[in-house]
Amino acid sequence: MTIEGIGNGIVIDHIRAGFGIKVLGYLGATGKSDTVAFIMNAPSKKHSRKDIIKLENTNDLDLTVLGLIDHNATVNVIKNHEIVDKIKLSLPEKVTNVIRCKNPRCVTSIESISHTFQRVGDSDTYHCVYCDDLVKADAYLK
Amino acid sequence: MSLKGKSLIEPLNFTVAEMDELFNEAERIIANPRDYAEACKGYLLATLFYEPSTRTRFSFEAAMLRLGGQIIGFSEPNSSAVSKGESIADTIRTVECYADVAVMRHPKEGSAMVAAMSSDFPVINAGDGGHHHPTQTLTDLLTIRLRHGNFNNLTVGMCGDLKFGRTVHSLIRALLRYTGVRFVLISPDELKVPDYVREELKGANFTETQDLTAVMPELDVLYMTRVQRERFFNEEDYVRLKDRYILDMDKLQNAKESLMVLHPLPRVNEIAVEVDDDPRAVYFQQAKNGMYVRMALIMAVLGVKV
Repeated sequence: MTIEGIGNGIVIDHIRAGFGIKVLGYLGATGKSDTVAFIMNAPSKKHSRKDIIKLENTNDLDLTVLGLIDHNATVNVIKNHEIVDKIKLSLPEKVTNVIRCKNPRCVTSIESISHTFQRVGDSDTYHCVYCDDLVKADAYLK
Repeated sequence: MSLKGKSLIEPLNFTVAEMDELFNEAERIIANPRDYAEACKGYLLATLFYEPSTRTRFSFEAAMLRLGGQIIGFSEPNSSAVSKGESIADTIRTVECYADVAVMRHPKEGSAMVAAMSSDFPVINAGDGGHHHPTQTLTDLLTIRLRHGNFNNLTVGMCGDLKFGRTVHSLIRALLRYTGVRFVLISPDELKVPDYVREELKGANFTETQDLTAVMPELDVLYMTRVQRERFFNEEDYVRLKDRYILDMDKLQNAKESLMVLHPLPRVNEIAVEVDDDPRAVYFQQAKNGMYVRMALIMAVLGVKV
């Protein structure tokens, strides 16, 4: 299968196989205007399989959300067919309206407020800033 | 150091030094309560109780009245605009127009935080669901301090509903800041501390058991709790668990003479009435201390000095 490179835009590589569709959803990429290429289960040297997303003429991404979904993915910024920047992702310290608190006793279940989660130390666990309910970044992906 | 204008949502909102200052003030009030009779004259406390409460509401109201201040509020949401569907944020913004400080109890976890974020005056959390109850913690700590002088190197047993028991969660969080505190968590599997409390206990000295009698000789403090019917979605679970731990004189036989038995009250049957006369039972004194430390707290967040 051959997918053309892009002249200007962003390539998100090394997305964990199967999670590309989730990334696309959070990026809000509809493909209605600029070209979007989405490759599932591409062969990978690091892992056996990976997903790849190529977004033409896009230069601003919410890396916070992306870091939460898959902090092992890599983001390459392309200009004039050249990689001009490689961005290393990391787990964000705080995410708002990405993880929804599932605790039925949490105030977020009745009040019109943002669902905000804070990372617990250096771990991959987040806690709801209101009720302290814990969620693993991995569990959120499932 | 000033607590003027600060909210108290969970125990760690105040530093150890700030809590010590509150305890010092509470002890001064205990020694000379009449000196404080007009300390908060001209100030108004709003009590917003979305959940039934006798002790905590009375304690706050008595505290404010003994300081010479006044009170407005509701004791159940059906008598307020809340029954019309008003949000917490809107309610607190309105109350802020009238009162100088608010005390709030609400069944949802994080509700007091929402109130504090939505207003610019001090909000005191009087219990947010099964989450936190920081003024009960002030009460508990003052009671322990009056007996032991400090909190270091105590072995603290916590027994009963450790899952939904907000007073337990707050007390653990507060005691973790002191040196050498050992926790003995006594509960059935279904009522063990929630994950976030377990996370906080990482690295701390704690053990979990279901056997109250076996650990009794080790304890300096025994914190008994009620299994709370209102926290269960399933009545059957409540009925199955409610009588699991009952402290009686038989169990106290092997306890230290210096043991303190605390309970946030109200009690149902988890402490037999026969224990009340034992000098180790301090839960009614604890309730009185709660009023004094709330007096100190109200004065502190209003920036009032005597």
